[in-house]
Amino acid sequence: MRHTISVLVENEFGVLSRVSGLFSGRGFNIESLSVAPTLDPTISRMTIVTSGDDRILEQINKQLNKLIDTIKIIDFTGEDFIEREMALIKVTADENSRAEILRIADIFRGKIVDVTPKCYTVEVTGSPVKVNAIIDLLRPMGIKELVRSGPVVLGRGPKGWKSG
Amino acid sequence: MKLTGSKILLECLLQEGVDTIFGYPGGTVINIYDDLMDSPVKHILTRHEQAAVHAADGYARATGKVGVAIATSGPGATNTITGIATAYMDSIPMVVITGQVPTPLIGNDAFQEADVIGLTRPITKHNYLVRDIKDLAVTMKKAFYIARTGRPGPVVVDLPKDVQIATAKFEYPETVELRGYKPTYSGNMRMVEKAAKMILSAKKPVLYVGGGASLTDAHGELLELAEMIQAPVTTTLMGMASFPTQHDLSLGMLGMHGTYYANMAVTNSDLLIALGARFDDRVTGKIATFAPHAKIIHVDIDPTSIKKNVRVDLPIVGDLRNVLKKLNNKIAEHKDEIESMHSALKPWHDEISGWRKDQPMTYKSSKVEIKPQFVIEKLRELSNDDAIVTTEVGQHQMWAAQFFNFTQPRTFLSSGGLGTMGYGLPAALGAQAAFPKRQVIDISGDGSFQMNSQELATLVQYRLPVKIVILNNNFLGMVRQWQQLFFDKRYSQTCMELPIDFVKLAEAYGATGLRATKPDEVEDVVRQAFETPGPVIMEFKISREENVMPMVPAGAGINEMLLRTA
Ligand SMILES: Cc1ncc(C[n+]2csc(CCOP(=O)(O)OP(=O)(O)O)c2C)c(N)n1
Repeated sequence: MRHTISVLVENEFGVLSRVSGLFSGRGFNIESLSVAPTLDPTISRMTIVTSGDDRILEQINKQLNKLIDTIKIIDFTGEDFIEREMALIKVTADENSRAEILRIADIFRGKIVDVTPKCYTVEVTGSPVKVNAIIDLLRPMGIKELVRSGPVVLGRGPKGWKSG
Repeated sequence: MKLTGSKILLECLLQEGVDTIFGYPGGTVINIYDDLMDSPVKHILTRHEQAAVHAADGYARATGKVGVAIATSGPGATNTITGIATAYMDSIPMVVITGQVPTPLIGNDAFQEADVIGLTRPITKHNYLVRDIKDLAVTMKKAFYIARTGRPGPVVVDLPKDVQIATAKFEYPETVELRGYKPTYSGNMRMVEKAAKMILSAKKPVLYVGGGASLTDAHGELLELAEMIQAPVTTTLMGMASFPTQHDLSLGMLGMHGTYYANMAVTNSDLLIALGARFDDRVTGKIATFAPHAKIIHVDIDPTSIKKNVRVDLPIVGDLRNVLKKLNNKIAEHKDEIESMHSALKPWHDEISGWRKDQPMTYKSSKVEIKPQFVIEKLRELSNDDAIVTTEVGQHQMWAAQFFNFTQPRTFLSSGGLGTMGYGLPAALGAQAAFPKRQVIDISGDGSFQMNSQELATLVQYRLPVKIVILNNNFLGMVRQWQQLFFDKRYSQTCMELPIDFVKLAEAYGATGLRATKPDEVEDVVRQAFETPGPVIMEFKISREENVMPMVPAGAGINEMLLRTA
């Protein structure tokens, strides 16, 4: 099963490799990982998408907690949360496809952020499912290059983690 | 007044109460070694950095204090790796200081540069690269704090040469605050109460004790619990010596080379009380048939150990000694139930006695060949009660665990988790440095001994009178045993073709060498060794193809023991 975990860590030298090393060393999957500082510049927030059964997920949580640099773990399994991912998609745009690309981007509330005579770059944000969908629709036009940020998530409702 | 980084480092060691460190000099620690000449901290020069770390480990296991080792950058640091991994697997508190190339050169493939932080990340509890002299004192404080608290473990502090030369005002912080690190010590009272209830209603309880007992010095509380509820006690290799081997309630060791009766008791128990143990595969055998009828209570300070390998009915996270104190108090409130429990346990004790009588821990003695078990028995008979025994890894290690008696805590030092050949001699060195007056015995095989035999020089130089026992079978015995049992006796690369004269080797270093080739010489050699001052090698030419029995074959359940070699 797919699980999303946020990990708040000390924004210290080498912390990313501690976390990624933990996953590879113990044979846990990482589907995606994104990381950036929080409001408090001494703390970074990682969003990790992983998969595994309950026993593995429990181990992942405990092992992450065991790292000295880990301040807090938020496991979104079974929680209500907002999940967003951004993608930049460079797609071949010729006379026949330009209008279609614009139309698709529009449906997904995407934007064309770079234009050349032969290609458009589309920026889109949404749930990973939505990002998958637009990629599928653009694929027939010829995707030259694509980058996805990996999802970031936040729990729904008024509750927040103070420094985060 | 401002101090250099190297002086600050040594001041930090004094503040932490460190009296002895083990190490080896080199270019990136030369400043530290220069200042060491004026410091009250005693330094022991081993002949290899791996040995320095094992010595610090032995020192830590024997004393309970944090062991300290130091090595230069590059090859010095990479030589420490096996020592650090050994300590990590057995949760030994240790701080290892490595020199590093100057900060401007880091990442340039400078001479003797190695990414020590990267190399040691998976085998340390934590590690630090100190890039600014201002951070040095506080980093040392954190390193010691992390090493000794919670589930203990090794911490590496990598110290670039320019930071050792830079100066700063020395201030040692009194406390440290790590917002991400708050080990749970106390043990949830509700869980403890539940545990007490489960224990008092058990019909077939077994206490299964691991290294946590010695790490928390919980032997007193353990004895109290076992006697109060009259429950049998089995220990892992790491739990050895936390419960007196000769006690009526002792079942000895469990697992692959444990006693038949310990494994049968665990298999048939209705309540397994795991105390500071982690259900290692050498202990459990096939998980599916491990303690199939038992409810499991698991006390451990490390939440990751709980439910990692086996299902657990009642987890208690906390310091073992703390939890046992609470648990003992709680159980003691129920005087009547304790009494009725004692009578209810009678059939259980009878059943265990049956297994004990059926398959005692024994061996076939010989008048012609020296049996290794016989040597261990003689050592046990003739050594002091508070003797510290270290081992290497192999058959001799298992025979030591099976046939030596331990009465006092922290007297059995062995590499349980990593299984490191070459551990025992330097660990004995470290233990002897901590306790110059006690008997320290390294029980070794001819293979393992040669992995760190250069430390004979250190023993002689520092007058550390370690007694080394070599059970010489001219084989890498434990591997040969597997080849005999599971590979049709195809002894691939396990015969040590070149016989070594260990007596001469001892003499070459200025130590004493003694040899026994017949059973009736064993006692004399042991006596003479114990009476001889200074380090001694006792070489015993043992029956070459003796096997460690009983044995759980790989993949089998612990109730499916091979009792003797066919
Ligand atoms: C550093 C290291 N290398 C290899 C092994 C694998 N190994 C385990 S036991 C053993 C044989 C040990 O031989 P010896 O020290 O002579 O002891 P014996 O089994 O004969 O008592 C070997 C090679 C190990 N445990 N450690």
